Amino acid sequence: MSGRIAEIQQEAGAAIAAATTTTALEDVRVRYLGRKAELPNLLRSVAELPPEQRAATGKAANQARQALEAAIERRGGELAAAELEQRLITDRLDVTLPADPLPAIGRLHLMTQTRREIEDVFIGLGFNVAEGPEVETVYYNFDALNHAPTHPSRLLTDTFYIRPAQDEIDIFHPETALLRVHTSPMQVRAMQSQPPPIYIIVPGRVYRPDSDATHTPQFHQIEGLAVDTDITLADLKGTLLTFARAIFGEERQVRLRPHFFPFTEPSVEVDVSCFNCVDGVTADGQRCPLCKGTAWIEILGSGMVDPNVLAEVADNGYDPEKVQGFAFGMGIERIAMLKHGVPDLRLFYDNDIRLLEQF
Amino acid sequence: MRVPLEWLHEYCAPDLDVLALADRLAMTGTEVERVERHGVSGLDNFVVGKVLRAEQHPDADRLRVCLVDTGDGEPSQIVCGAPNVATGQTVAVARPGAVMPDGTKLKVAKLRGQPSNGMILAEDEVAIGTDHDGIMVLPDEVPPGTPLQRVLPIATDVLVLEVTPNRPDCLGIYGVAREVHAATGAELSAPPWAEDPGAADRNARDVTELVRIDVECPELCPRFTARVFEDVKIAPSPPWLKARLMAAGQRPISNIVDITNYVMLLTGQPLHAFDLDRIAGAQLTVRTAHDGETMQTLDGQTRTLDSEMVLIADADGPTSIAGVMGGARSEVEPTTTRVLMEVANWNGANIHRTSLKLGLRSEASSRNEKGLQPEQAMEAQAIAAQLIIDLCGASLVPGTIDIGGDGPPPKTILLRDARITSLLGVEIPRSRSAEILIALEFDPHPVFDGLEVTVPAFRRADVTREADLIEEVARLGALESLPATLPSRHGAAGRLTEVQRLRRGAADALTAQGLHEIVGWSFEGPELAARLRIADRAVVELENPMSTEQSRLRTTLLGSLLDVGRRNRSRGAPALRLFEAGAVYLPREGARPDEPYHVAALLSGPVRRATWRDPEPPPADFFAAKGVLAGVLDSIRVPWSLRADPQTEPFLHPGRAARILIDGEPAGWIGEIHPQVAAGWDWTEAIAAFEVDLDAVAATVHGHVAHYRDLTSFPEIREDLAVIVPDTVSAAEVLAVVRAAGSSLLAGAEVFDVYRDEHRIGAGNVSLALRLRFRAPDRTLTDEEVAARRRKIVAALGSELNGRVRDS
Repeated sequence: MSGRIAEIQQEAGAAIAAATTTTALEDVRVRYLGRKAELPNLLRSVAELPPEQRAATGKAANQARQALEAAIERRGGELAAAELEQRLITDRLDVTLPADPLPAIGRLHLMTQTRREIEDVFIGLGFNVAEGPEVETVYYNFDALNHAPTHPSRLLTDTFYIRPAQDEIDIFHPETALLRVHTSPMQVRAMQSQPPPIYIIVPGRVYRPDSDATHTPQFHQIEGLAVDTDITLADLKGTLLTFARAIFGEERQVRLRPHFFPFTEPSVEVDVSCFNCVDGVTADGQRCPLCKGTAWIEILGSGMVDPNVLAEVADNGYDPEKVQGFAFGMGIERIAMLKHGVPDLRLFYDNDIRLLEQF
Repeated sequence: MRVPLEWLHEYCAPDLDVLALADRLAMTGTEVERVERHGVSGLDNFVVGKVLRAEQHPDADRLRVCLVDTGDGEPSQIVCGAPNVATGQTVAVARPGAVMPDGTKLKVAKLRGQPSNGMILAEDEVAIGTDHDGIMVLPDEVPPGTPLQRVLPIATDVLVLEVTPNRPDCLGIYGVAREVHAATGAELSAPPWAEDPGAADRNARDVTELVRIDVECPELCPRFTARVFEDVKIAPSPPWLKARLMAAGQRPISNIVDITNYVMLLTGQPLHAFDLDRIAGAQLTVRTAHDGETMQTLDGQTRTLDSEMVLIADADGPTSIAGVMGGARSEVEPTTTRVLMEVANWNGANIHRTSLKLGLRSEASSRNEKGLQPEQAMEAQAIAAQLIIDLCGASLVPGTIDIGGDGPPPKTILLRDARITSLLGVEIPRSRSAEILIALEFDPHPVFDGLEVTVPAFRRADVTREADLIEEVARLGALESLPATLPSRHGAAGRLTEVQRLRRGAADALTAQGLHEIVGWSFEGPELAARLRIADRAVVELENPMSTEQSRLRTTLLGSLLDVGRRNRSRGAPALRLFEAGAVYLPREGARPDEPYHVAALLSGPVRRATWRDPEPPPADFFAAKGVLAGVLDSIRVPWSLRADPQTEPFLHPGRAARILIDGEPAGWIGEIHPQVAAGWDWTEAIAAFEVDLDAVAATVHGHVAHYRDLTSFPEIREDLAVIVPDTVSAAEVLAVVRAAGSSLLAGAEVFDVYRDEHRIGAGNVSLALRLRFRAPDRTLTDEEVAARRRKIVAALGSELNGRVRDS
């Protein structure tokens, strides 16, 4: 009997090895281990054997069955893996077709990005961000900022005025409403609402009746104001140097050029060293178009707060003999144009999506 | 302000080329707009010549054939068309090779068969005058071959300066020379008014016998001076004077007029010449005008004056608008022989106002309005007198009428050393400060803590305080080597406010959903408002808009979104996802307008990009906009809801419009744009949009701090429930009833399906499938507890909304 078991085991082993598909292997399994197959029958009939043969035969048949089951399992695994591989190879994609698009990516307008970038530099320098009304009065926009009655920017050609409900417009009346021409009116408003020390920047929309490649009737400025007991012109230079390096690169230098603004004394214009050339000459030997060969680019106007401006808010602790400070104002679009090479200010207000997506 | 270097060099000639000088001026506070070349670009081949012979051209009536000695050996034959050319004249010659001001290069030519080796010059041909009637005849003593530049200023560089309003003293060449002296250290010549031919008899009475002057408004006319010249011969000015005027941008006219312009350009002080014989009654009165009084100005216009304007009148009425423009009636003419030279000082603000009100600007008004100093009047008289005597063959009638005299005595200001250091952040030696101030003609005297500085008259208006002196010291002595330091700050710390962080958060939430930010105009026109159907809304209007389209301030951000949308569509953009954040302007009674900060978004076209797998994504509609709105408001954690209302906004589709409620209060709108409004922007597809007042949002979240809730210790039990309600009942109403009945154990309820089928659930009904989430904070809920709560919800839906649970 045990000879027959060995025979079956050998025969079945050969059949398992010969099976080349999972279907053929299943046939082998049914043939040798199925309900009607010889080995299971043999196992079922062990009870009929004489008692002295039962143990040995039963053990041998059981071992043979377990060995065959394991062999089928192993072989089945191999065949299934091979067949899966085969199937996957035929399950082919054209991988060169376009991918699913990413969720659409929206962009902040370049003006907003630049504004935030500048805000963050000054927040790091200890400045707070203050915002003020765009419709201002003659008092805050001109008078309180030490503008002489004859200052040309008061004219209807230089400032948008709000049409009064009744009466003719009086551009010299302190309460007359206008669209602010700069963010500077917030200097006085901020000092009225907060005693010194004050460190603020004021971003916002401003308006001037002008339209060409470098002027739009509406644009954005950032004002800066620092008033304390010991602020110096050198502090202004250091602050703007830090700003210039943060925005235009660590290699930048700044220089101060004397100028005139009614609300600062001394007044200076600030130039940053050109980041497009060396000494006005580009890498390919041309005259630098950005700085026009001068190696310097004007970026803003500034100065030490005029004592007359402080005197407007002397009651709130701004005695010009006790506190002093600096102020500056820059155009956000101008900074963005310089940094990103945008050639025409009007593009900012055109809002072409192809431009918006670039930044 | 145009400064010809040839002229400037008469008073101060630094050893710098023009660009280096421009740079030095820019770095010390005088803005140089640009550097120009006036006249010829190269001096070569422009020489003095002597006409040896001038004969009629054989074949041309109007031409002469001249033999001209140009100093280089063989005389040259030159054909000349000028009627005044004659043998023996000393003339200006351009030889072949000369480059004319217009850039053409002169060549040997043949004129009607006669060779011409160059050209005898008229003044306009080298841009030193406007006359083309004849050639220039030069003084005989100049030898042939002399470079022409030595005799005539045929070429000069011109600095075009932008003089800041605080420096009217730099509106004259000599004032600029002072500045150049201080900036470069080059020597400054004595002022051109140092020698006054009338000085000796300034107080003589003779002139008062010829004319009588009254000033009725001395506060508006602090000084009025007049001199009289007799035997004046009106003629063209000499070439040197014409050349300087031309280079400075003024057309030469006649000697007297040219002298007034020349002296004004040199000193900054306007002058006015009257024909004394045409002054009615030989008397001038300076007075304010009567309201409505009229006069004709030199430009031929009739001007209507008001009672704040100052005029100069003679016995027949007004002859001049003071400080602005003269009248035709007493103007100098070719036949004039007696000239009254008026030089006066006016109130700058008053002149500014007059010029503004009349819309009349002149070289005189643009200087007078800056606020000149009374001393300048006599400086101008002195130079003018010398020139009129020299160039017009005139004699000065002894005496000067001078009403008002010099200005107030000079001011002395203390300049503390310590103050310079504390303001600039760098120490300037006292000696250096003194040196700078002396170069600027201030008069400093050392005292124990600094300098006592006397301000010269010509800087009286600009320098009134210590800070002004510090600016002078800084611009010439400190800026170039200023250190860069940071403020000590004394503990000040910077951060964004809650509102600013909220605004950034809202914008970021929008870009995260694929919307691009635009920046629109604050302006709009009435036509846009009409297209939006909000023409009747109160708006802020501009007094002086640049165009009708920009004549008012916007009350909604929708207009600019639609404008930008249309522009991009016309350029081929298939889908639009745009937003804008910024102020709108709402008028208020008797005050500045309210300027709430809004954020608005617009969606149109496919919600996603079409791809080969998803070729037709659905177009953006109300729910697309609602999703974006939720993205914004949920990300900044503000409680919000919508209330359907066909009246929400006139520009919305009435069936697809809702008010946005923040904490129950209206704070914006959402909807699809009314098709007729969309058509106004050439739009046929659906446009979904919303606008919300972020300031209102900010108020509700002010000070809000999120607190921890335990959502993980005990499980949530989820149940679905389908309820059939009449179609008129909104999902929000269903959810409100569910939430109320679910009480605190109901953690959440959402609609996840909507179903209509008149056969299965009846016409006019809708089935809403709800997902209910139950949770208790302190225990795991039992099935019985949840079942009881569910029964309450079902009962409430039945009793309050006539709803029934759908079984299948």
